[in-house]
Amino acid sequence: MAKRIDVSGLTAYYGSHKAIEDISMTVEPRSVTAFIGPSGCGKSTFLRTLNRMHEVTPGGRVEGKVLLDAEDLYGAGVDPVSVRREVGMVFQRPNPFPTMSIFDNVAAGLRLNGNYKKSELNDIVEKSLKGANLWNEVKDRLNKPGSGLSGGQQQRLCIARAIAVEPKVLLMDEPCSALDPISTLAIEDLIGELKDRFTIVIVTHNMQQAARVSDRTAFFNLAAVGQPGRLVEIDDTERIFSNPSVQATEDYISGRFG
Amino acid sequence: MDITTTTDVPPPASPPSLTERKRAARGATRPGDRIFLGLSRGSGILLLVIMAAIAVFLTYRASLAISRDHGNFLTTFEWNTNLNPPVFGIAVLAFGTIVSSVIAMAIAVPVAVAIALFLTHYAPRRLSGPIAYVIDLLAAVPSIVYGLWGALILVPHLRGLYGWLDTYFGWTGILSWEEGAPRTMLAVGILLAIMILPIITNVSREVFRQVPRMHEEAALALGATRWEVIRMSVLPFGRSGVISASMLGLGRALGETMAVATVLSPDYDIHASLLNPGGGTFAQNIAGKFGEASEQGRDALIASGLVLFVITLLVNGAARAIIARRKEYSGANA
Repeated sequence: MAKRIDVSGLTAYYGSHKAIEDISMTVEPRSVTAFIGPSGCGKSTFLRTLNRMHEVTPGGRVEGKVLLDAEDLYGAGVDPVSVRREVGMVFQRPNPFPTMSIFDNVAAGLRLNGNYKKSELNDIVEKSLKGANLWNEVKDRLNKPGSGLSGGQQQRLCIARAIAVEPKVLLMDEPCSALDPISTLAIEDLIGELKDRFTIVIVTHNMQQAARVSDRTAFFNLAAVGQPGRLVEIDDTERIFSNPSVQATEDYISGRFG
Repeated sequence: MDITTTTDVPPPASPPSLTERKRAARGATRPGDRIFLGLSRGSGILLLVIMAAIAVFLTYRASLAISRDHGNFLTTFEWNTNLNPPVFGIAVLAFGTIVSSVIAMAIAVPVAVAIALFLTHYAPRRLSGPIAYVIDLLAAVPSIVYGLWGALILVPHLRGLYGWLDTYFGWTGILSWEEGAPRTMLAVGILLAIMILPIITNVSREVFRQVPRMHEEAALALGATRWEVIRMSVLPFGRSGVISASMLGLGRALGETMAVATVLSPDYDIHASLLNPGGGTFAQNIAGKFGEASEQGRDALIASGLVLFVITLLVNGAARAIIARRKEYSGANA
Protein backbone atom coordinates (compact mmCIF):
# COMPACT_ATOMS: atom_id res chain seq x y z
CA MET A 1 0.00 0.00 0.00
CA ALA A 2 2.70 2.46 0.99
CA LYS A 3 4.29 4.29 -1.91
CA ARG A 4 7.66 5.79 -2.69
CA ILE A 5 8.02 9.55 -3.10
CA ASP A 6 10.46 10.93 -5.69
CA VAL A 7 10.95 14.67 -5.64
CA SER A 8 13.05 16.36 -8.29
CA GLY A 9 13.91 20.02 -8.75
CA LEU A 10 11.09 21.30 -6.58
CA THR A 11 10.80 25.05 -6.01
CA ALA A 12 7.89 26.66 -4.13
CA TYR A 13 6.75 30.27 -4.06
CA TYR A 14 4.51 32.47 -1.98
CA GLY A 15 3.54 35.06 -4.58
CA SER A 16 6.86 36.36 -5.82
CA HIS A 17 8.75 35.15 -2.76
CA LYS A 18 10.72 31.97 -3.36
CA ALA A 19 10.40 29.91 -0.17
CA ILE A 20 12.34 26.77 -1.12
CA GLU A 21 14.56 26.10 -4.07
CA ASP A 22 15.49 23.09 -6.14
CA ILE A 23 14.84 20.28 -3.70
CA SER A 24 15.30 16.68 -4.79
CA MET A 25 14.99 13.59 -2.61
CA THR A 26 13.62 10.11 -2.46
CA VAL A 27 11.51 8.76 0.37
CA GLU A 28 11.33 4.96 0.58
CA PRO A 29 8.00 3.25 1.26
CA ARG A 30 7.37 1.99 4.80
CA SER A 31 10.02 4.20 6.31
CA VAL A 32 10.04 7.28 8.51
CA THR A 33 11.81 10.34 7.17
CA ALA A 34 12.36 13.31 9.47
CA PHE A 35 12.87 16.91 8.30
CA ILE A 36 14.94 19.05 10.63
CA GLY A 37 16.29 22.56 10.36
CA PRO A 38 15.90 26.04 11.81
CA SER A 39 12.56 27.88 11.76
CA GLY A 40 11.68 29.46 8.45
CA CYS A 41 13.92 27.17 6.40
CA GLY A 42 10.99 25.78 4.43
CA LYS A 43 10.55 22.30 5.97
CA SER A 44 6.82 22.77 6.45
CA THR A 45 6.42 24.42 3.08
CA PHE A 46 8.17 21.48 1.46
CA LEU A 47 6.01 19.03 3.41
CA ARG A 48 2.90 20.81 2.21
CA THR A 49 3.99 20.53 -1.42
CA LEU A 50 3.87 16.74 -1.04
CA ASN A 51 0.06 16.71 -0.79
CA ARG A 52 -0.59 19.90 -2.73
CA MET A 53 -1.62 21.79 0.39
CA HIS A 54 0.90 24.52 -0.39
CA GLU A 55 -1.21 25.90 -3.21
CA VAL A 56 -4.15 26.37 -0.81
CA THR A 57 -2.31 29.39 0.60
CA PRO A 58 -3.07 32.49 -1.50
CA GLY A 59 -0.20 33.01 -3.94
CA GLY A 60 1.25 29.56 -3.32
CA ARG A 61 2.66 27.78 -6.38
CA VAL A 62 5.13 25.07 -7.14
CA GLU A 63 7.60 24.16 -9.88
CA GLY A 64 9.21 20.76 -10.26
CA LYS A 65 8.09 17.18 -9.94
CA VAL A 66 6.76 15.03 -7.15
CA LEU A 67 6.32 11.41 -8.16
CA LEU A 68 4.21 9.08 -6.03
CA ASP A 69 5.50 5.76 -7.35
CA ALA A 70 5.21 6.70 -11.02
CA GLU A 71 2.43 9.28 -10.91
CA ASP A 72 3.37 12.98 -11.01
CA LEU A 73 1.29 14.83 -8.39
CA TYR A 74 1.71 18.04 -10.34
CA GLY A 75 1.02 16.51 -13.73
CA ALA A 76 -1.55 18.06 -16.03
CA GLY A 77 -5.07 17.02 -15.17
CA VAL A 78 -4.21 15.74 -11.68
CA ASP A 79 -6.89 16.79 -9.21
CA PRO A 80 -5.37 18.10 -5.96
CA VAL A 81 -8.38 16.74 -4.10
CA SER A 82 -7.58 13.19 -5.16
CA VAL A 83 -3.90 13.73 -4.29
CA ARG A 84 -4.90 14.61 -0.73
CA ARG A 85 -6.95 11.46 -0.49
CA GLU A 86 -3.76 9.49 -1.17
CA VAL A 87 -1.42 11.58 0.98
CA GLY A 88 -2.80 12.19 4.46
CA MET A 89 -1.67 14.92 6.80
CA VAL A 90 -1.48 15.58 10.55
CA PHE A 91 -1.00 19.16 11.68
CA GLN A 92 0.98 20.93 14.34
CA ARG A 93 -2.04 21.75 16.47
CA PRO A 94 -4.62 19.01 16.90
CA ASN A 95 -7.59 19.99 14.76
CA PRO A 96 -10.47 17.56 15.15
CA PHE A 97 -13.72 18.89 13.71
CA PRO A 98 -15.13 20.61 16.77
CA THR A 99 -18.76 20.04 15.90
CA MET A 100 -18.36 16.33 15.24
CA SER A 101 -18.35 13.40 17.62
CA ILE A 102 -15.26 11.20 17.97
CA PHE A 103 -16.86 8.63 15.68
CA ASP A 104 -17.81 11.19 13.04
CA ASN A 105 -14.34 12.68 13.11
CA VAL A 106 -12.76 9.35 12.20
CA ALA A 107 -15.50 8.61 9.67
CA ALA A 108 -15.29 12.07 8.08
CA GLY A 109 -12.79 11.13 5.37
CA LEU A 110 -14.59 7.89 4.59
CA ARG A 111 -17.87 9.70 4.13
CA LEU A 112 -16.17 12.01 1.63
CA ASN A 113 -14.81 9.10 -0.34
CA GLY A 114 -17.93 7.12 -0.85
CA ASN A 115 -20.81 5.14 0.52
CA TYR A 116 -20.11 2.77 3.35
CA LYS A 117 -22.57 0.64 5.20
CA LYS A 118 -23.01 1.42 8.87
CA SER A 119 -21.33 -1.84 9.85
CA GLU A 120 -18.35 -1.17 7.54
CA LEU A 121 -17.98 2.30 9.04
CA ASN A 122 -18.06 0.85 12.55
CA ASP A 123 -15.32 -1.62 11.67
CA ILE A 124 -13.07 0.94 10.00
CA VAL A 125 -13.51 3.48 12.80
CA GLU A 126 -12.66 0.86 15.41
CA LYS A 127 -9.65 -0.33 13.41
CA SER A 128 -8.39 3.22 12.90
CA LEU A 129 -8.80 4.18 16.54
CA LYS A 130 -6.98 1.00 17.54
CA GLY A 131 -4.31 1.83 14.99
CA ALA A 132 -3.92 5.23 16.63
CA ASN A 133 -3.76 3.65 20.12
CA LEU A 134 -6.84 5.57 21.14
CA TRP A 135 -9.56 2.92 21.09
CA ASN A 136 -9.37 1.91 24.76
CA GLU A 137 -9.60 5.51 25.91
CA VAL A 138 -12.62 6.49 23.80
CA LYS A 139 -14.58 3.31 23.04
CA ASP A 140 -17.23 4.20 25.62
CA ARG A 141 -17.75 7.74 24.41
CA LEU A 142 -17.62 7.59 20.63
CA ASN A 143 -20.61 9.92 20.43
CA LYS A 144 -19.02 12.63 22.55
CA PRO A 145 -17.39 15.61 20.81
CA GLY A 146 -13.78 15.16 19.76
CA SER A 147 -12.92 18.58 21.13
CA GLY A 148 -13.54 17.28 24.66
CA LEU A 149 -10.44 15.07 24.57
CA SER A 150 -7.02 16.08 25.90
CA GLY A 151 -4.50 17.56 23.48
CA GLY A 152 -2.59 14.30 23.08
CA GLN A 153 -5.80 12.33 22.57
CA GLN A 154 -7.00 14.89 20.03
CA GLN A 155 -3.77 14.50 18.09
CA ARG A 156 -4.16 10.71 18.06
CA LEU A 157 -7.77 11.24 16.98
CA CYS A 158 -6.43 13.29 14.06
CA ILE A 159 -4.02 10.47 13.21
CA ALA A 160 -6.91 7.99 13.35
CA ARG A 161 -8.87 10.27 11.04
CA ALA A 162 -5.96 10.47 8.62
CA ILE A 163 -5.27 6.71 8.51
CA ALA A 164 -8.95 5.74 8.29
CA VAL A 165 -8.91 6.49 4.56
CA GLU A 166 -5.84 4.26 4.07
CA PRO A 167 -3.54 6.87 2.52
CA LYS A 168 -0.34 5.80 0.80
CA VAL A 169 1.71 8.42 2.63
CA LEU A 170 1.25 10.15 5.98
CA LEU A 171 2.69 13.64 6.43
CA MET A 172 3.15 15.01 9.95
CA ASP A 173 3.90 18.68 10.53
CA GLU A 174 5.46 18.96 14.00
CA PRO A 175 2.75 16.68 15.40
CA CYS A 176 4.08 16.80 18.98
CA SER A 177 5.06 20.42 19.37
CA ALA A 178 1.81 21.30 21.17
CA LEU A 179 1.90 18.22 23.41
CA ASP A 180 3.36 17.27 26.78
CA PRO A 181 6.19 14.68 26.99
CA ILE A 182 3.93 11.74 27.82
CA SER A 183 1.58 12.44 24.91
CA THR A 184 4.65 12.95 22.74
CA LEU A 185 5.94 9.52 23.71
CA ALA A 186 2.56 7.99 22.83
CA ILE A 187 2.69 9.57 19.37
CA GLU A 188 6.30 8.51 18.82
CA ASP A 189 5.44 4.90 19.71
CA LEU A 190 2.54 5.16 17.32
CA ILE A 191 4.76 6.38 14.50
CA GLY A 192 6.95 3.31 15.01
CA GLU A 193 3.89 1.08 14.56
CA LEU A 194 2.43 3.00 11.63
CA LYS A 195 5.54 2.78 9.50
CA ASP A 196 4.79 -0.87 8.80
CA ARG A 197 1.80 0.30 6.79
CA PHE A 198 2.55 3.81 5.59
CA THR A 199 5.31 5.96 4.22
CA ILE A 200 5.77 8.60 6.90
CA VAL A 201 7.33 12.03 6.64
CA ILE A 202 7.61 14.09 9.83
CA VAL A 203 8.74 17.65 10.37
CA THR A 204 10.19 18.21 13.83
CA HIS A 205 12.12 20.80 15.80
CA ASN A 206 13.09 18.21 18.33
CA MET A 207 16.30 16.52 17.24
CA GLN A 208 16.04 13.76 19.82
CA GLN A 209 12.66 13.02 18.35
CA ALA A 210 14.08 12.83 14.85
CA ALA A 211 16.80 10.50 16.15
CA ARG A 212 14.26 8.31 17.98
CA VAL A 213 11.60 7.86 15.33
CA SER A 214 13.16 8.22 11.90
CA ASP A 215 15.11 5.97 9.56
CA ARG A 216 16.29 8.82 7.37
CA THR A 217 16.81 12.46 8.25
CA ALA A 218 16.87 15.47 5.95
CA PHE A 219 18.51 18.70 7.09
CA PHE A 220 17.16 21.95 5.61
CA ASN A 221 18.75 25.36 5.92
CA LEU A 222 18.76 28.85 4.45
CA ALA A 223 21.77 29.76 2.36
CA ALA A 224 21.56 33.22 3.93
CA VAL A 225 18.89 35.46 5.42
CA GLY A 226 16.36 36.32 2.72
CA GLN A 227 17.46 33.41 0.54
CA PRO A 228 15.13 30.48 -0.17
CA GLY A 229 15.44 27.34 1.96
CA ARG A 230 17.25 24.35 0.52
CA LEU A 231 18.00 20.77 1.33
CA VAL A 232 21.50 20.50 2.81
CA GLU A 233 21.65 16.75 2.98
CA ILE A 234 19.58 13.64 3.49
CA ASP A 235 21.03 10.44 4.87
CA ASP A 236 20.41 7.59 7.28
CA THR A 237 19.44 9.05 10.62
CA GLU A 238 22.26 7.26 12.39
CA ARG A 239 24.80 8.76 10.05
CA ILE A 240 23.32 12.28 10.21
CA PHE A 241 23.55 12.28 13.98
CA SER A 242 26.98 10.65 14.22
CA ASN A 243 28.98 11.57 11.18
CA PRO A 244 27.19 13.91 8.76
CA SER A 245 28.93 14.64 5.50
CA VAL A 246 28.24 18.40 5.59
CA GLN A 247 29.77 20.64 8.25
CA ALA A 248 26.58 22.79 8.54
CA THR A 249 24.58 19.74 9.58
CA GLU A 250 27.04 18.88 12.31
CA ASP A 251 27.03 22.49 13.53
CA TYR A 252 23.25 22.50 13.72
CA ILE A 253 22.94 19.15 15.44
CA SER A 254 25.63 19.90 18.00
CA GLY A 255 24.10 23.31 18.73
CA ARG A 256 27.00 25.32 17.26
CA PHE A 257 24.63 26.94 14.86
CA GLY A 258 24.35 30.61 14.07
CA MET B 1 -9.19 60.29 51.65
CA ASP B 2 -7.53 63.01 53.66
CA ILE B 3 -9.78 63.39 56.67
CA THR B 4 -6.79 63.00 58.96
CA THR B 5 -4.63 65.83 57.62
CA THR B 6 -6.40 68.60 59.55
CA THR B 7 -3.92 68.20 62.36
CA ASP B 8 -0.17 67.91 62.07
CA VAL B 9 -0.06 65.19 64.67
CA PRO B 10 -0.87 61.74 63.35
CA PRO B 11 -4.00 60.40 65.03
CA PRO B 12 -3.62 57.54 67.51
CA ALA B 13 -3.69 54.21 65.77
CA SER B 14 -7.16 52.78 66.07
CA PRO B 15 -8.36 49.55 64.48
CA PRO B 16 -9.75 50.46 61.04
CA SER B 17 -13.51 50.24 60.68
CA LEU B 18 -15.13 47.79 58.27
CA THR B 19 -15.77 50.42 55.61
CA GLU B 20 -12.21 51.65 55.85
CA ARG B 21 -10.89 48.15 55.43
CA LYS B 22 -13.14 47.59 52.43
CA ARG B 23 -11.96 50.84 50.95
CA ALA B 24 -8.34 49.91 51.54
CA ALA B 25 -8.89 46.59 49.82
CA ARG B 26 -10.17 48.39 46.76
CA GLY B 27 -7.01 50.49 46.70
CA ALA B 28 -6.68 54.23 46.65
CA THR B 29 -9.50 55.98 44.82
CA ARG B 30 -8.65 58.92 42.62
CA PRO B 31 -11.16 61.61 41.67
CA GLY B 32 -11.21 60.48 38.04
CA ASP B 33 -12.03 56.93 39.05
CA ARG B 34 -14.80 58.09 41.34
CA ILE B 35 -16.34 60.32 38.67
CA PHE B 36 -16.20 57.55 36.11
CA LEU B 37 -17.64 55.05 38.55
CA GLY B 38 -20.49 57.44 39.32
CA LEU B 39 -21.17 58.09 35.65
CA SER B 40 -21.17 54.46 34.56
CA ARG B 41 -23.17 53.30 37.57
CA GLY B 42 -25.61 56.17 37.03
CA SER B 43 -26.12 55.29 33.34
CA GLY B 44 -26.68 51.66 34.24
CA ILE B 45 -29.31 52.55 36.81
CA LEU B 46 -30.94 55.07 34.48
CA LEU B 47 -31.27 52.39 31.80
CA LEU B 48 -33.00 50.05 34.24
CA VAL B 49 -35.30 52.83 35.40
CA ILE B 50 -36.29 53.70 31.82
CA MET B 51 -36.90 50.04 30.98
CA ALA B 52 -39.00 49.58 34.08
CA ALA B 53 -40.96 52.75 33.38
CA ILE B 54 -41.74 51.62 29.82
CA ALA B 55 -42.75 48.17 30.98
CA VAL B 56 -44.99 49.55 33.72
CA PHE B 57 -46.60 52.06 31.37
CA LEU B 58 -47.22 49.52 28.61
CA THR B 59 -48.53 46.85 30.93
CA TYR B 60 -50.78 49.31 32.72
CA ARG B 61 -52.34 50.76 29.57
CA ALA B 62 -52.59 47.33 28.00
CA SER B 63 -54.30 45.86 31.03
CA LEU B 64 -56.83 48.72 30.98
CA ALA B 65 -57.66 47.92 27.36
CA ILE B 66 -57.81 44.16 27.81
CA SER B 67 -60.07 44.42 30.86
CA ARG B 68 -62.56 46.49 28.82
CA ASP B 69 -62.35 44.21 25.77
CA HIS B 70 -65.67 42.55 25.11
CA GLY B 71 -64.24 40.11 22.61
CA ASN B 72 -61.50 37.58 23.24
CA PHE B 73 -58.22 39.48 23.04
CA LEU B 74 -56.38 36.53 21.54
CA THR B 75 -58.94 35.07 19.15
CA THR B 76 -61.34 37.80 18.00
CA PHE B 77 -61.14 38.67 14.27
CA GLU B 78 -62.23 42.24 14.83
CA TRP B 79 -60.77 45.62 15.77
CA ASN B 80 -63.66 47.86 16.84
CA THR B 81 -62.28 50.01 19.59
CA ASN B 82 -64.92 52.72 19.17
CA LEU B 83 -67.78 50.47 20.21
CA ASN B 84 -68.89 50.57 23.78
CA PRO B 85 -67.82 48.14 25.08
CA PRO B 86 -64.97 47.72 22.52
CA VAL B 87 -64.42 44.46 20.69
CA PHE B 88 -60.92 43.65 19.47
CA GLY B 89 -58.46 40.77 19.19
CA ILE B 90 -54.96 40.25 17.86
CA ALA B 91 -55.38 36.94 16.02
CA VAL B 92 -55.26 38.56 12.55
CA LEU B 93 -52.22 40.66 13.44
CA ALA B 94 -50.33 37.75 14.97
CA PHE B 95 -51.08 35.63 11.90
CA GLY B 96 -50.02 38.35 9.46
CA THR B 97 -46.88 39.24 11.37
CA ILE B 98 -45.73 35.66 11.66
CA VAL B 99 -46.62 34.68 8.10
CA SER B 100 -44.88 37.66 6.51
CA SER B 101 -41.80 37.13 8.68
CA VAL B 102 -41.66 33.42 7.92
CA ILE B 103 -41.83 34.15 4.17
CA ALA B 104 -39.10 36.76 4.58
CA MET B 105 -36.86 34.37 6.52
CA ALA B 106 -37.45 31.49 4.11
CA ILE B 107 -36.23 33.67 1.25
CA ALA B 108 -33.58 35.77 2.98
CA VAL B 109 -31.65 33.24 5.10
CA PRO B 110 -30.59 30.85 2.31
CA VAL B 111 -29.77 33.72 -0.04
CA ALA B 112 -27.82 35.59 2.65
CA VAL B 113 -25.83 32.52 3.66
CA ALA B 114 -25.07 31.83 0.01
CA ILE B 115 -23.89 35.40 -0.55
CA ALA B 116 -21.75 35.28 2.61
CA LEU B 117 -20.16 31.99 1.52
CA PHE B 118 -19.54 33.38 -1.94
CA LEU B 119 -17.87 36.47 -0.51
CA THR B 120 -15.68 34.57 1.93
CA HIS B 121 -14.83 31.41 0.01
CA TYR B 122 -15.40 31.81 -3.69
CA ALA B 123 -15.14 35.41 -4.82
CA PRO B 124 -11.73 36.84 -5.69
CA ARG B 125 -10.70 39.41 -3.12
CA ARG B 126 -10.99 42.39 -5.46
CA LEU B 127 -14.62 41.44 -6.12
CA SER B 128 -15.69 40.60 -2.56
CA GLY B 129 -14.78 44.05 -1.21
CA PRO B 130 -17.06 46.04 -3.52
CA ILE B 131 -19.91 43.55 -3.18
CA ALA B 132 -19.73 43.71 0.60
CA TYR B 133 -19.77 47.49 0.36
CA VAL B 134 -22.91 47.49 -1.77
CA ILE B 135 -24.61 45.16 0.70
CA ASP B 136 -23.69 47.56 3.51
CA LEU B 137 -25.33 50.33 1.51
CA LEU B 138 -28.51 48.28 1.20
CA ALA B 139 -28.71 48.18 4.99
CA ALA B 140 -28.60 51.97 5.10
CA VAL B 141 -31.62 52.54 2.86
CA PRO B 142 -34.52 53.90 4.97
CA SER B 143 -37.47 51.56 5.25
CA ILE B 144 -39.93 54.07 3.77
CA VAL B 145 -37.81 54.06 0.60
CA TYR B 146 -38.07 50.28 0.49
CA GLY B 147 -41.81 50.70 0.99
CA LEU B 148 -42.14 53.12 -1.92
CA TRP B 149 -40.00 50.95 -4.14
CA GLY B 150 -42.09 47.95 -3.12
CA ALA B 151 -45.40 49.66 -3.87
CA LEU B 152 -44.34 51.33 -7.12
CA ILE B 153 -41.92 48.83 -8.67
CA LEU B 154 -42.07 45.46 -6.95
CA VAL B 155 -45.84 45.03 -6.68
CA PRO B 156 -46.68 45.76 -10.36
CA HIS B 157 -44.00 43.29 -11.42
CA LEU B 158 -45.32 40.50 -9.23
CA ARG B 159 -48.31 39.74 -11.49
CA GLY B 160 -46.29 37.34 -13.61
CA LEU B 161 -45.04 35.46 -10.55
CA TYR B 162 -48.52 35.34 -9.04
CA GLY B 163 -50.00 33.97 -12.26
CA TRP B 164 -47.34 31.29 -12.43
CA LEU B 165 -47.79 30.32 -8.78
CA ASP B 166 -51.57 30.20 -9.25
CA THR B 167 -51.27 27.99 -12.32
CA TYR B 168 -48.94 25.41 -10.79
CA PHE B 169 -49.58 25.67 -7.05
CA GLY B 170 -53.06 27.17 -6.92
CA TRP B 171 -54.48 23.77 -5.95
CA THR B 172 -52.74 24.03 -2.56
CA GLY B 173 -55.10 26.84 -1.57
CA ILE B 174 -52.37 28.96 -0.02
CA LEU B 175 -51.09 30.05 -3.45
CA SER B 176 -54.31 30.61 -5.35
CA TRP B 177 -54.86 34.03 -6.90
CA GLU B 178 -58.04 35.90 -7.80
CA GLU B 179 -56.30 38.38 -10.13
CA GLY B 180 -56.43 41.22 -7.57
CA ALA B 181 -53.63 43.73 -7.04
CA PRO B 182 -50.62 41.84 -5.68
CA ARG B 183 -50.49 44.00 -2.51
CA THR B 184 -50.57 40.89 -0.35
CA MET B 185 -48.73 38.99 2.33
CA LEU B 186 -46.43 37.38 -0.23
CA ALA B 187 -45.41 40.79 -1.55
CA VAL B 188 -44.77 41.93 2.02
CA GLY B 189 -42.71 38.81 2.69
CA ILE B 190 -40.60 39.35 -0.44
CA LEU B 191 -40.00 42.99 0.42
CA LEU B 192 -39.10 42.14 4.02
CA ALA B 193 -36.71 39.49 2.72
CA ILE B 194 -34.87 42.13 0.70
CA MET B 195 -34.78 44.43 3.70
CA ILE B 196 -33.31 41.90 6.13
CA LEU B 197 -30.89 40.41 3.61
CA PRO B 198 -28.01 42.84 4.33
CA ILE B 199 -27.89 42.32 8.09
CA ILE B 200 -28.01 38.54 7.81
CA THR B 201 -25.39 38.59 5.06
CA ASN B 202 -23.02 40.86 6.94
CA VAL B 203 -23.13 39.00 10.24
CA SER B 204 -22.81 35.62 8.50
CA ARG B 205 -19.87 36.88 6.46
CA GLU B 206 -18.09 37.99 9.63
CA VAL B 207 -18.68 34.59 11.21
CA PHE B 208 -17.53 32.64 8.15
CA ARG B 209 -14.41 34.76 7.96
CA GLN B 210 -13.49 33.78 11.50
CA VAL B 211 -13.48 30.05 10.83
CA PRO B 212 -10.03 28.98 12.00
CA ARG B 213 -7.72 28.13 9.13
CA MET B 214 -6.82 24.84 10.80
CA HIS B 215 -10.42 23.60 10.68
CA GLU B 216 -10.56 24.24 6.96
CA GLU B 217 -7.17 22.61 6.43
CA ALA B 218 -8.32 19.57 8.40
CA ALA B 219 -11.03 19.02 5.82
CA LEU B 220 -8.79 19.89 2.87
CA ALA B 221 -6.14 17.40 3.97
CA LEU B 222 -8.74 14.63 3.97
CA GLY B 223 -9.39 15.33 0.31
CA ALA B 224 -12.43 17.53 0.66
CA THR B 225 -13.57 19.68 -2.24
CA ARG B 226 -14.32 23.34 -1.65
CA TRP B 227 -17.99 22.61 -1.05
CA GLU B 228 -17.12 19.75 1.30
CA VAL B 229 -14.81 22.04 3.27
CA ILE B 230 -17.73 24.43 3.66
CA ARG B 231 -20.01 21.61 4.75
CA MET B 232 -17.56 20.02 7.19
CA SER B 233 -15.82 23.05 8.66
CA VAL B 234 -17.35 26.37 7.76
CA LEU B 235 -21.06 25.78 8.24
CA PRO B 236 -20.78 23.88 11.55
CA PHE B 237 -18.50 26.57 12.93
CA GLY B 238 -20.75 29.36 11.69
CA ARG B 239 -24.01 27.73 12.68
CA SER B 240 -24.70 29.64 15.88
CA GLY B 241 -23.57 32.87 14.25
CA VAL B 242 -25.96 32.35 11.36
CA ILE B 243 -28.77 31.70 13.83
CA SER B 244 -27.95 34.93 15.65
CA ALA B 245 -27.82 36.79 12.34
CA SER B 246 -31.19 35.36 11.34
CA MET B 247 -32.68 36.44 14.66
CA LEU B 248 -31.47 39.98 14.08
CA GLY B 249 -33.14 39.88 10.69
CA LEU B 250 -36.29 38.31 12.10
CA GLY B 251 -36.46 41.04 14.73
CA ARG B 252 -36.44 43.63 12.00
CA ALA B 253 -39.02 41.77 9.94
CA LEU B 254 -41.39 41.34 12.89
CA GLY B 255 -41.30 45.02 13.77
CA GLU B 256 -41.14 46.55 10.29
CA THR B 257 -43.82 49.20 9.93
CA MET B 258 -43.54 51.62 7.03
CA ALA B 259 -42.64 49.14 4.31
CA VAL B 260 -45.51 46.86 5.28
CA ALA B 261 -47.96 49.73 5.56
CA THR B 262 -46.98 51.03 2.13
CA VAL B 263 -47.19 47.71 0.29
CA LEU B 264 -50.02 45.83 1.99
CA SER B 265 -53.62 46.50 1.21
CA PRO B 266 -54.95 45.59 4.66
CA ASP B 267 -58.24 44.35 5.94
CA TYR B 268 -58.94 42.78 9.28
CA ASP B 269 -59.22 39.14 8.35
CA ILE B 270 -57.14 36.01 7.87
CA HIS B 271 -56.89 34.84 4.26
CA ALA B 272 -55.87 31.32 3.40
CA SER B 273 -54.09 32.40 0.21
CA LEU B 274 -50.92 34.45 0.40
CA LEU B 275 -51.77 35.88 -3.01
CA ASN B 276 -55.01 37.58 -1.99
CA PRO B 277 -54.90 41.06 -0.46
CA GLY B 278 -55.71 41.64 3.17
CA GLY B 279 -54.51 40.79 6.61
CA GLY B 280 -52.28 42.98 8.70
CA THR B 281 -49.32 43.03 11.03
CA PHE B 282 -48.89 44.44 14.52
CA ALA B 283 -46.66 47.31 13.54
CA GLN B 284 -48.64 48.18 10.40
CA ASN B 285 -51.91 48.14 12.37
CA ILE B 286 -50.53 50.42 15.06
CA ALA B 287 -49.11 52.87 12.55
CA GLY B 288 -52.31 52.90 10.55
CA LYS B 289 -54.72 53.38 13.43
CA PHE B 290 -52.84 55.27 16.10
CA GLY B 291 -53.39 58.74 14.71
CA GLU B 292 -57.17 58.58 14.70
CA ALA B 293 -57.61 56.32 17.71
CA SER B 294 -59.52 57.34 20.81
CA GLU B 295 -57.93 56.99 24.23
CA GLN B 296 -59.51 53.55 24.44
CA GLY B 297 -58.28 52.67 20.95
CA ARG B 298 -54.74 53.71 21.83
CA ASP B 299 -54.75 51.46 24.86
CA ALA B 300 -55.84 48.57 22.66
CA LEU B 301 -53.03 49.31 20.18
CA ILE B 302 -50.55 49.43 23.06
CA ALA B 303 -51.80 46.02 24.15
CA SER B 304 -51.15 44.67 20.66
CA GLY B 305 -47.66 46.19 20.79
CA LEU B 306 -47.03 44.34 24.02
CA VAL B 307 -47.93 41.07 22.30
CA LEU B 308 -45.42 41.83 19.52
CA PHE B 309 -42.83 42.46 22.22
CA VAL B 310 -43.59 39.09 23.83
CA ILE B 311 -43.37 37.31 20.46
CA THR B 312 -39.98 38.89 19.82
CA LEU B 313 -38.80 37.79 23.27
CA LEU B 314 -39.99 34.23 22.65
CA VAL B 315 -38.22 34.10 19.29
CA ASN B 316 -34.99 35.32 20.86
CA GLY B 317 -35.31 32.83 23.69
CA ALA B 318 -35.82 30.00 21.22
CA ALA B 319 -32.74 31.05 19.26
CA ARG B 320 -30.65 31.12 22.42
CA ALA B 321 -31.92 27.69 23.36
CA ILE B 322 -30.93 26.32 19.94
CA ILE B 323 -27.44 27.78 20.29
CA ALA B 324 -27.02 26.56 23.87
CA ARG B 325 -28.26 23.05 23.17
CA ARG B 326 -25.17 22.22 21.16
CA LYS B 327 -22.69 24.37 23.05
CA GLU B 328 -20.65 21.26 23.84
CA TYR B 329 -20.06 20.90 20.12
CA SER B 330 -19.42 24.54 19.36
CA GLY B 331 -16.11 25.57 17.89
CA ALA B 332 -15.43 28.00 20.71
CA ASN B 333 -13.16 25.70 22.69
CA ALA B 334 -10.94 24.64 19.85
